[in-house]
Amino acid sequence: MKTVNLIATSLIAALPLAALAEDPVDPKLYEAAYNEDGRYFTDDDVPTFNIQEDGTVDWLTFSGFRRYHAECHVCHGPDGEGSTYAPAVKNSSISLGYDGFFDVVVNGRQNGNSVMPHFGENRNVMCYLDDIYVYLKARGLDALPRGRPAKKEAKSDVIREDENACMG
Amino acid sequence: MKKLMLLTSGIALCAGMATANDDLVSQMGDSTQWAIQTGDYKNQRYSALDQINAENVGDLQVAWTFSTGVLRGHEGSPLVIDDVMYVHTPFPNIVYALDLKNEGKIIWKYEPKQDPDVIPVMCCDTVNRGVAYADGKIFLHQADTTVVALDAKSGDVVWTAVNGDPSIGETNTATVLPVKDKIIVGISGGEFGVRGHTTAYDMSSGELVWRAYSMGPDSDILADPENTTHLGKPVGADSGTNTWEGDQWMIGGGTTWGWFSADLDENLFYYGTGNPSTWNPAQRPGDNRWSMTLMARDIDTGVAKWFYQMTPHDEWDYDGINENILTEQMIDGEERKLLTHFDRNGLGYTLDRVSGELLVAEKFDPVVNWTTGVDMDPASETYGRPAVVAQYSTAQNGEDVNTTGVCPAALGTKDQQPAAYSPKTEMFYVPTNHVCMDYEPFRVSYTAGQPYVGATLSMYPAPDSHGGMGNFIAWDNINGEIKWSIPEKFSVWSGALATAGDVVFYGTLEGHLKAVSADTGEELYRFKTPSGIIGNVMTYESAGKQYIGILSGVGGWAGIGLAAGLTNPNDGLGAVGGYAALSDYTALGGQLTVFALPD
Repeated sequence: MKTVNLIATSLIAALPLAALAEDPVDPKLYEAAYNEDGRYFTDDDVPTFNIQEDGTVDWLTFSGFRRYHAECHVCHGPDGEGSTYAPAVKNSSISLGYDGFFDVVVNGRQNGNSVMPHFGENRNVMCYLDDIYVYLKARGLDALPRGRPAKKEAKSDVIREDENACMG
Repeated sequence: MKKLMLLTSGIALCAGMATANDDLVSQMGDSTQWAIQTGDYKNQRYSALDQINAENVGDLQVAWTFSTGVLRGHEGSPLVIDDVMYVHTPFPNIVYALDLKNEGKIIWKYEPKQDPDVIPVMCCDTVNRGVAYADGKIFLHQADTTVVALDAKSGDVVWTAVNGDPSIGETNTATVLPVKDKIIVGISGGEFGVRGHTTAYDMSSGELVWRAYSMGPDSDILADPENTTHLGKPVGADSGTNTWEGDQWMIGGGTTWGWFSADLDENLFYYGTGNPSTWNPAQRPGDNRWSMTLMARDIDTGVAKWFYQMTPHDEWDYDGINENILTEQMIDGEERKLLTHFDRNGLGYTLDRVSGELLVAEKFDPVVNWTTGVDMDPASETYGRPAVVAQYSTAQNGEDVNTTGVCPAALGTKDQQPAAYSPKTEMFYVPTNHVCMDYEPFRVSYTAGQPYVGATLSMYPAPDSHGGMGNFIAWDNINGEIKWSIPEKFSVWSGALATAGDVVFYGTLEGHLKAVSADTGEELYRFKTPSGIIGNVMTYESAGKQYIGILSGVGGWAGIGLAAGLTNPNDGLGAVGGYAALSDYTALGGQLTVFALPD
């Protein structure tokens, strides 16, 4: 949360038209209010990222970077920036909201020959949905630059246990 | 010539042999036509036409253009048979027949109905590498794996066959090989845990004749334990399962989405298999045969004559599907039937295509660093294997470790974009990528029809080089040497064409069609087409005039990473925009541009 000012200015360039019409993104939508076993949440209990002064990212943001670049990147391009045939998704965490984001990933959607598949049965995605969500949120707000996060918090035991339970 | 052709087909008929494609063989022998995607069965992509030559190519002009009506990546090229041009598109895989004697008027248009659910199970865009021709029919292998035979005159459907199941991730991007009385086809889906296979259909009826899997029991892979060889030795029983742990081979990859070549005298056809799945090597211990393998199989039975596995136990996604170019050349004072292959792994291989003997294996980009080279000593235990450098081994570094600085990147020193060969210069003209990567494998679970990748990677231009992401090179396959190299800003993702006019053509991702000297690589001509080029250059002659044709339409694998530009994580945080973004140079399109000399 080092530079709210910086974030606010970059929003003008980064956000889609729907969001542009509004004021800059309400910090309540992304600021981490509390942390449970290495997972961060906003005041409204929505998962979010946490990036320290020295660039250290929370585990979920790092994990989201990895899973994004395995599952999403072949269509949506590196760092959520889009490809020649699929849209940039770095702003989708904010523009769709948590529930909307969840819905599109689980159920997919179609717009002509542009088709987002449904990942509802894919554990490589579903077990990491919060991770991908907070990673893209950090990217969309330019809180996280392009590329691999250099420093990360350790994976907590609870996160590890949950992951093992989910992946089976 | 015409008489001889008639005579040949007469003999064939009398003998009752299955030679339904005498028509295609004679069309391929006639340089005024472009009858097959690969130029000929040898995949040389060489034309004997020389009206356009090194002296006059600088005067080239656009003769006519055609919009395909489809955006997304346009790979492959049109065909020309008897003054009709056949143009295909990416999904939905439209085919147009254009009348070259009537200003390209559309004679017929075929648009298949395909379930759009196939789109998201295609890795890396909805490309298609073109139609094939034989026996008065046009053959299209659709994205949803339906193989269609169309009447070349009317566009009417003659037969269809369903080759795979998109609901488990089986799709198609490749062209087909019409050879003798068969249509031989491959399958895509290595990133979805598909077990690769190659299948022959009867050319006249569409009935399945044989199918050869890339891994599995001997009866599936059509290997003969005694007579199928690997580097001169029998492969033995169960070679398609005994280098796998458990049942992993059943979702083992080794898909077959590349090009086919054929040698009718040997009755063999050639192709390569793709990566073993997943991308996480820890989940599939062993050599994972026969992924990453060059294969020579009998055209009639599909039984393998020889295999050569280039990258045992892949750790980097170096699919072995690139084209195999057949030549007859002197090597060590003896003329031999050769096969030359530029692999994703960065090594240029020359083999004896009759025996499968390995003759040359050398890096065709000096930055290749994952291996120190291939063991060429037949007496050695590791004969034919690449020596893996531990620092760049994602398997040795293990799961959840980010292996950095691996060259080439997963898209390979060269992907499917086919090279050309000129018998005049005895040089190969090779479009290449000059990109390196960081690669971190991790655990994934398999769900049918869902991506099954298991690694995250970031790619960037080769460090300490010219800063660009590609080169266009000339290669000597006998000595294993680069003769000249043209640096390019982006990966060269376009198939090359060499001609008797001593000119070599290729396209760039910015959208340029370029002509260079076959001898020196000196640029002789360039023209910027409406969109980036990932198609292959072709040539034909109509009414005594030579034309050059190229499809524009950026996309494919190249459109993923390059659209937004690559970043180098080693440059530290915030080094965004340090490298060129393709979106600064070109936008989506779908257009054919045809060039000719002024009258």
